[in-house]
Amino acid sequence: MGLGVYLNVAVAGVLTGLVYGLMALGLSVIFGVVRVVNFAHGEMMSIAMYIAVVLFSSFHLDPLVMLVPIAAVMFVFGYALQAGLINPFITRPEHSQFLLVVALAIIIVNALLIIFGPDARTVQTSYAYDSFEIGPVIVDASKAYAAAAAIVVTVALFAFFRFTLIGKAIRACADNYTGALVVGLNVNRLYALTFALGAACVGAAGTMMTLITDVTPALGPGYTLLAFVIVITGGLGSMPGALVGGVLIGLTEALAGLLFTPSAKSMFAFGILVLVLLFRPQGILGRRLT
Amino acid sequence: MAAMIARLTNGLSRRALGLLAALLAVLLAAPWIANDYLLTVLIVILYLAYTGQAWNIMMGFAGQLSLGHAIYAGLGAYIPAVLFTRYGIGPWVGFLAAIPIAALCGAIIGFLAFRFGVAGVYFAILTIAFAEFARIGFDHLTIVNASAGLFLPVAQLSHNDLWRLRGSPTMFYYVILAATVIALILSRLLLRSRMGYFWLAIREDEQAARAAGIDTFRYKMYAVMISAAVTSFAGVFYAFFYNNLFPEQVFNISRSIEMILGPIIGGIGTLFGPILGAFVLTGLAESVTSALAAFGVDLPGAKQIFYGICLLLVVVALPEGIWPWLARRLGVAERKR
Repeated sequence: MGLGVYLNVAVAGVLTGLVYGLMALGLSVIFGVVRVVNFAHGEMMSIAMYIAVVLFSSFHLDPLVMLVPIAAVMFVFGYALQAGLINPFITRPEHSQFLLVVALAIIIVNALLIIFGPDARTVQTSYAYDSFEIGPVIVDASKAYAAAAAIVVTVALFAFFRFTLIGKAIRACADNYTGALVVGLNVNRLYALTFALGAACVGAAGTMMTLITDVTPALGPGYTLLAFVIVITGGLGSMPGALVGGVLIGLTEALAGLLFTPSAKSMFAFGILVLVLLFRPQGILGRRLT
Repeated sequence: MAAMIARLTNGLSRRALGLLAALLAVLLAAPWIANDYLLTVLIVILYLAYTGQAWNIMMGFAGQLSLGHAIYAGLGAYIPAVLFTRYGIGPWVGFLAAIPIAALCGAIIGFLAFRFGVAGVYFAILTIAFAEFARIGFDHLTIVNASAGLFLPVAQLSHNDLWRLRGSPTMFYYVILAATVIALILSRLLLRSRMGYFWLAIREDEQAARAAGIDTFRYKMYAVMISAAVTSFAGVFYAFFYNNLFPEQVFNISRSIEMILGPIIGGIGTLFGPILGAFVLTGLAESVTSALAAFGVDLPGAKQIFYGICLLLVVVALPEGIWPWLARRLGVAERKR
């Protein structure tokens, strides 16, 4: 194997990692503000993936075109979930919240299993086998589009939090819950909005992911774990950290799949998690734990 | 002996003891009454009651949320199974080998987490990560036949061999019943011990516990190790009862979740909660499955959805679980000390 093979695989890994990063960003936003550990994150992503697959197979709607509509649907779903089910649990103990979301995750996975069956579904776009040649590197077109879309969504989210008044209000809630209440912010509504934004992120990531991988109902728990591994690796509550973690894990998985065996690739992701917890518990870009 | 029994029953009302004795009598007589199907269901219930109690030691008593208990059951299943199939070493010796390994595994996870301030939900994720690591690792480990699965020679049903754990379902039933009773006694002894009170202090407020001079690191480590060692027997039972082991199943996160549903529904931190929870959950799930089958519906995920809804309802409506509520109803709630 020449160096070119490694380079190709590494680039593919980074591109997939960017989509992972967007997925993890959703988790990071929810955790950073609402302080609820969304253990149904991967399951929410598989909902978005199935929407994309169904839209494609029934109406030939390209996932790239449906990115915004699907993200909007997930936004509404996330808002309803937080406002209806999770909000009363904000003051409950951590494990209680956790179990609520685990219950939700179990229901989603098995509902998808009942509706769509256990078989894998794919999105066969016209550009599925296209690629770009950049010098010695061959880049898969689907992965490039997916990664580009992930970057656009990420930038939009950053801009929203940085420059809009609502974004500022949400950051205020994250910094100081009581303080936000005192200055008259409607914290419950902002929490629901945050959860909705996180859900939209994961919806966008899921839509893009259908370009890269097959869809099965059993994907959910794996992606949930992956999102957690990424967020903890990158640094909890750090938005750039989620992206960095995503790229790192995507790269690791791709190289591990090449050097060892693809089925063992997640072992290396978990290996990185353990190393990070050992040597830098606050994550690569995280602030020191107090 | 009398002193020990007195210590065990101290604080329990006569009514509670009577109900407990009646339950035990019914369970002891069950193989004569129940048909094969019901006996299998009872075995599953007691298995979950046992693992639930083992998990409860860590979460219910010491407040450390583990979502990766499948790793301890998996080690407890694989070590004796490999020793048995490859070297003809009996399951009880295999169990003795599995105990320290499971405890060591718990100690490694605990050390990584507690040393570096990984607590609460992060700790739970670390436990999942280890279980997943083991799942994928065992999937590639040739000594355990990797993903092709490890098969034990099928038991001769006519002849019960307790030493080699080969025999009829009735024998397995009594084995798991005995294990469940032992786990209940052990839980009560632990909860009434000095260490048990330290655990409760850590669960309620770790900083306060540390301020009061409790070596929280050490007692959290003990909780993980004891819980892991107790859980490992469930694996031994699983291996020799089902006779086949696949990493994909044994270490699957669903196994860990199944283990914790019983105690959560029954009541985290209570002694009887895990047992009650296992009965309620499995009983309801089996009823749902048979009801669906009666209507000719065969949906592979229906049972899990039912689990999910149960969990949701209990978490929303009875956050303390069913047992504290039921105990008050039955008039057997322990006096607050």
